[in-house]
Amino acid sequence: MPAKIAVLAKQVIDPEMPIAAFQIDANSKRVVTPPNIPPVVNGFDENAVEAALQIKDSQDASVTVISAGSSFALDVMKKPLSMGADELVLLQDDAFENTVDSFQTAQLLTAAIRKLGGFDLIICGRQASDWDNAQVPLGVAELLGVSCVALGKKVDLQDDKVVVERLIPDGYEVVEASLPALVTVSNELGQPRYPTLRGIMAATRKRPTIWSVSDLELDGGQVEPRLTLHDLFVPVSNTECEIIEGDDEAEAGRNLALRLREEKFF
Amino acid sequence: MAEGNGVLVIGESQGDELALATQEILAAGRKVADDLGQELAIGLFGSSVEAPAQAAISQGADRVYSVTSPLLADFQVELYLAAAETLCKEVSPAIVLIARTNQGREVAPRLAFRLGVGLAQDCLEVSADPGAGKLLANRPVYGGNAVAVISCNQTPQVAAIRPKVYVPLEADASRQGDVVSFPVDLDASMVRSRVLEVVKEEAEGIKLEDASIVVSGGRGLGGPEPFSQLEELAKLLGGAVGASRAAVDSGWVPASYQVGLTGKTITPDLYITIAISGASQHMAGCSGSKAIVAINKDAEANIFKEARYGVVGDWEKVLAAMTETVRELVQE
Repeated sequence: MPAKIAVLAKQVIDPEMPIAAFQIDANSKRVVTPPNIPPVVNGFDENAVEAALQIKDSQDASVTVISAGSSFALDVMKKPLSMGADELVLLQDDAFENTVDSFQTAQLLTAAIRKLGGFDLIICGRQASDWDNAQVPLGVAELLGVSCVALGKKVDLQDDKVVVERLIPDGYEVVEASLPALVTVSNELGQPRYPTLRGIMAATRKRPTIWSVSDLELDGGQVEPRLTLHDLFVPVSNTECEIIEGDDEAEAGRNLALRLREEKFF
Repeated sequence: MAEGNGVLVIGESQGDELALATQEILAAGRKVADDLGQELAIGLFGSSVEAPAQAAISQGADRVYSVTSPLLADFQVELYLAAAETLCKEVSPAIVLIARTNQGREVAPRLAFRLGVGLAQDCLEVSADPGAGKLLANRPVYGGNAVAVISCNQTPQVAAIRPKVYVPLEADASRQGDVVSFPVDLDASMVRSRVLEVVKEEAEGIKLEDASIVVSGGRGLGGPEPFSQLEELAKLLGGAVGASRAAVDSGWVPASYQVGLTGKTITPDLYITIAISGASQHMAGCSGSKAIVAINKDAEANIFKEARYGVVGDWEKVLAAMTETVRELVQE
């Protein structure tokens, strides 16, 4: 039996977009989707795709990418397929728009995972670059009742367990967990592979499975919002920067040292 | 779960010591509890927690739940979670506060899901709305480009608070409080993961999180070699060296050097940035610094909006001269 691996991925506003393009609509309390800047697959989720494909490189495995959202840019969400993933399942419904509520998102993804018959290993990015919640993966693990290892930088799937090098503040620890398991990964896993031409061709032919909320069997029949968003605003910095000058850059450097000494920083 | 009453801190202790992050959360919790006119309790977990329990009372707790089991001697996430879940269900607090430490960043979301409630994640500030009995939480989103104000719809309202934001209360040995024994029945079969090996890869010398002066380098350094020049300045100043994510992703320094949203949060007196543009994701890890210094050739770089002192110019020339002058000054 090939190992069944799922990757949970999110479509996000490009976090590398110019800061000037970042705007909030005060009425809807949402970040305005910038025109002319296409969305991207969340960066840490691309690391998760890479982790899954590394396993597939060395053993018989299938990789299914699952995403929840209100609307998708299909060419963007097909990127994991062009990198080498096998299937794409999109949970698309206006009801999935709430990026605030990790609980709801985790319930939807859990229902989809169950409908797909479960997985040996689920790999997720550590957090999404929009709300930085770092909750959905851990929540899915809790709702499914499977093992959970967070912040992996290396993921090795063995017969009946997963061995993960997980980041800790002063290095890493090697953790093993029983299957089925959910693992989150960080950028320390390394650069995700680029799609190959062959991969892009194969991805064009593949059709994603698209489910709406009515296709999913949710616990309790529906999802109840867990959080209320009261306000969303851009913080203002009121630091006044004192530019240290000099006849040349070396003198500016000397003057900086003198200024810091004068202020008794050292 | 019923309405709930009181504020419960899920604490951390190391041996006899109450963790610094927990001391900070007690300060946050004390204010919220006072504003709501409710009690502040804390759960401490271990095989024995007598000494940290007294510390918690002297730093603001009205009541300590001493949650003990031989299986809690060392942190193991599933056992710790089961104990915290049992405590929350038994005590039924209105509000649960957790420090978003290395442990808390895993415990908080998993605990909230077990309780079937929402979590206000990575909060910079929490405040009570006594009228509505609500906890309002301010938290950075979009890498720190925006701040959201959120509240939880169900009880208990759970918030994970970023470390190094709140300042612990002055310890007062005359404060009174109860220590309530709360033994828990844990089953070793709850354990689904175990640590096989711990690998440390931190730089020698003073720890980045503890240093009062930090010198950090970014993408603009162009390679790993310049970090030796940063080391030199840091050593003269008795500080530590950090890096931006770009420098870590390029493989110039180990991940343990990373300052920022997904790296370390530091609050030094002086944070000297060399060739760091100051993206909000980086600033999320250092914005609590007392003063930031920016050395960058791009006068428009975001770092100058956050810095108190700046030099616009080629970092190599600026840093070399600055280091020489610092050397002369410290040798005087």
